[in-house]
Amino acid sequence: MLPEISLNILDVAQNSIRAEAGLIEISIAIDTTADTLEVIIKDDGCGMTKEQLEKVIDPFFTTRTTRKIGLGIPFFKFAAESTGGSFEINSAPNAGTTVRAVFMLSSIDRMPLGDISATIHALVTLNEERDFVFSYSVDGKGFSLDTRELKKILGDISFNEPEVSKYIRDFLTQNKNEINGGAVF
Amino acid sequence: MKSLDELKAIRDKMQNQVKLRGENSNSIRVVVGMATCGIAAGARPVLNAFAAGVQEKGLDNVTVVQTGCIGLCQYEPIVEVITPDGEKVTYVKMTEEKAHEVIDQHLVKGKVVTKYVLSPDMLKQ
Repeated sequence: MLPEISLNILDVAQNSIRAEAGLIEISIAIDTTADTLEVIIKDDGCGMTKEQLEKVIDPFFTTRTTRKIGLGIPFFKFAAESTGGSFEINSAPNAGTTVRAVFMLSSIDRMPLGDISATIHALVTLNEERDFVFSYSVDGKGFSLDTRELKKILGDISFNEPEVSKYIRDFLTQNKNEINGGAVF
Repeated sequence: MKSLDELKAIRDKMQNQVKLRGENSNSIRVVVGMATCGIAAGARPVLNAFAAGVQEKGLDNVTVVQTGCIGLCQYEPIVEVITPDGEKVTYVKMTEEKAHEVIDQHLVKGKVVTKYVLSPDMLKQ
C-alpha cells in the first residue's frame, strides 16, 4: 500500500508520463461541507483502449513487461472506495486519460494527503519536458501552479537551478499552508 | 500568497549565469526507480535527497532522472549511478541517509559505496 494520497498521485502521474503526456493536470479540491477530498489527474497522453480500461483496475494486469502485476490504480481505487468515496477512470486511445477519486474527508479509513508539495515538486523538476498544472483548493479558496507560466518567465533557465527549484518548493508549501489556514488534511 | 513576481526577480538575477535546460552527454546520471514498488518502498524522499544534494553541492555534472520498475521490486528503492563511460552501479534498498553517503562518496569523490551495491547473490534469489 502507498500510505499517503500524495504518493498515490505520484504513482498515477507516472502512468501519464509513460503515456507520453505533454500536459498533466492534477487537482485537489477539499470541501469540508460536503466532507470530501477530490483528486483529479488528467493527461493528454496516448490513452487506453476499451479492453485495457476494463482491465486496469485488475491488480493482475499491467502493460509493462518487467513484472506481471500492476498495483497502482487498484491501490488508489481501494484507498478512495474504502472511505465511502468513489473512483472512476475515463480514457480513449489518443484522447488522454482522466482519473477521479473522491475520499470522504472524515472517514477513519482515509489516509492522510501527505506531502503533496514534495510530490508535485518532484514531478515538475524531473519532467521539465512536460507541462503540469497543479491546483489546490479548500472550500473554494485555492492556488495553482502552471509550469507553462513558469517557463514563459524563465525562458531557458532550468527548474533544477537551485534557486528556481527552491522557489517552486516554497511556492507549493507556503501557498498550501496559507490555504489550509493551520489545518492538516 | 507567494507570487510569480519573485520568480521574475530570480530570473533577472540569474540571466548572466544561465545554464540551459537539458542534459550534457558528459554528465553522470542518477536514475531513481519511481514505479509503484519504488514509491511504496520510499523512493520519493530518496529522489528528493539526491535532487537537493546535487543542487546544494553544485554538482553541475550530475543529472537526476527517474525511471519505472526494473523488475527487482524487493530491492527498491533502487538507484543507478551511470558514469559517462557507461559504467553502471546499482544501489539497492536506499534511504535518505544512504543517499547522502552516495552523494558524498560516489558523486563527489568517485568512490563507489560498495556496501549498498546490488550483489550477484541477490539476483539468484
